[in-house]
Amino acid sequence: MADERKICLKGSGLTKVYGFGRNQMRAVDHVDFEFHESEIISIVGESGSGKTTLAKMLLGLISSTSGDIYFEGQKRDIRSQKKKQEYWKNIQAIFQDPFSSYNTFNKIDAVLLDCIHMRGGKKLPHEKKLELMSEACSFVNLKFAELTNKYPFELSGGQMQRLMIARIFLLKPKILIADEPTSMIDACSRATILDMLLALRKETGMTLIFITHDIGLAYFVSDSVYIMEQGKFVEKGSADHVILHPQEAYTRRLINDVPKIHEEWDLSTV
Amino acid sequence: MAKVMLEVKDLTTKYVTRFGENVYAVDHVSLKVEEGKSLGISGESGCGKSTLALSLMGYYFPPLYYTSGEIIIDGKNISGLDPDVVRKSILGKEIAYIPQAAMNALNPTRRIIHFIEDVIHAHDPSVTKKEILALATERFQVLGLPPEVLQKYPVELSGGMKQRTVIAISVILSPKVLIADEPSSALDVTSQKMVIKMLRNLMEKGFVKSMIFITHELPLLYNVTDDIMVMYAGQIVESGSAEEAVLDPRHPYSRGLMNSIIVPEEGLRGAKLAAIPGVPPNLKKPPSGCRFAERCQYVTPECRTHSIELRELGGGRSYRCILSAEQIMEAKKNG
Repeated sequence: MADERKICLKGSGLTKVYGFGRNQMRAVDHVDFEFHESEIISIVGESGSGKTTLAKMLLGLISSTSGDIYFEGQKRDIRSQKKKQEYWKNIQAIFQDPFSSYNTFNKIDAVLLDCIHMRGGKKLPHEKKLELMSEACSFVNLKFAELTNKYPFELSGGQMQRLMIARIFLLKPKILIADEPTSMIDACSRATILDMLLALRKETGMTLIFITHDIGLAYFVSDSVYIMEQGKFVEKGSADHVILHPQEAYTRRLINDVPKIHEEWDLSTV
Repeated sequence: MAKVMLEVKDLTTKYVTRFGENVYAVDHVSLKVEEGKSLGISGESGCGKSTLALSLMGYYFPPLYYTSGEIIIDGKNISGLDPDVVRKSILGKEIAYIPQAAMNALNPTRRIIHFIEDVIHAHDPSVTKKEILALATERFQVLGLPPEVLQKYPVELSGGMKQRTVIAISVILSPKVLIADEPSSALDVTSQKMVIKMLRNLMEKGFVKSMIFITHELPLLYNVTDDIMVMYAGQIVESGSAEEAVLDPRHPYSRGLMNSIIVPEEGLRGAKLAAIPGVPPNLKKPPSGCRFAERCQYVTPECRTHSIELRELGGGRSYRCILSAEQIMEAKKNG
């Protein structure tokens, strides 16, 4: 069933090596993957397993040491700034720390206006732009009228993260990478953010890639789960398969280490 | 009956803004922690958990001010003491505090042993460096930290190791109460488990007599602490044993928190996550009635006009709602 859908992002032998000589560090080590259109994928691993490095390579923020990324069947070409900007219309990201995701000198309307311009809406009449912006804000339960003339740092963490989703709402990318989008906010706002991301996916049909260490979250949201250990995918498959019937010791450990309600939490394993 | 290590009676503290407005972030909070027990405090961001932790230390600095109430540590009332006295004689010895981003507090140019010397010398300048090293080595060994860490610089340690080191440093004087404010939130699950194991270890070995653990992760609290207290807008809305508070929450707010839990257990997939709509009230002008009324699905007209008192159920269980358990069950059935 999975094969019928179109592959939107594919990687083969993707590798990233940091450092030189003796200090070489293989952050991502020959990973292969195929992400399908409008699939929800989770990449799970502990700190230092190379999740964020992989995300940055997918976004084209850092170059890969070797290996290729294919976007919609074509080899990705982002050698010039213009091509990069073209690529970023299709792939966007939400990062862990909302506080450092914004340009502090831009007001919030400028942030949103930028997104409209990026989608080619530069020539739209001003009223239409305002309408689009308030639509995006109301999608994430923010009031646009209260936000104009404010700077991002005047918002709370949860509000900033929601504004980030409003940006995505305007940009409508084909792929969204969410790098630990909820690890810095509390459990209650986490539910809100997840609901919004899932609603947005339903509306736009985009591919959603969650990068997380929270295996409970991965199980909750995703269709397929990739488990990453020291730069390699050690296990992949459907969420039910990987999380309810883990094969690898590493996966089992990750699942065991999460505190649960209805099962015993064994402290003797660390 | 076990000895009461920390008792707080009707503690109220406030922030004063630069426009002179009073914000009561901790509003008539009473709690009790017995020797060898731990208390968990939960709630969303901005409901006063961390302010309560700061207030419990009795160490106030602007814009936080003490208003009323008592803090009694092992029979000694520390409320209203001079901040300088508190810092010299209470902090570290009687009560230790691990702030949220504790691991970032380490000065990168100093070795770990230096911080321990600092803590001990602040209380007793006569202890020699040799004695401190011996004490620290022994303590680190007991806690499962390699003693080589003592001679390292903070940057040489991983996040989880740094956090555990900070905890070990802050309890070096064997305080009676340890307040841990989100000690594991920035860590991945395995490091989190190590931190929790170490906190358990501290309690078992008697290096700390009692613990207050603050986090918004209810599954974690359920596994770590004996009792749980849920805070909302500066007030306690529910308290009880861990099982009662998590498995049978009474207050609509704690019920909502329970619904936002995500754990990798069968049956979770496809379950609806129910986020509580809205945001906590602005405490500059708290609502006159129940503070949760605006967001509550069981709200009645009475909720908005009457201030709600904590309803005691006996056995340390209480909650702040005008509806009884049966009424809530009924309302739930009717949707």
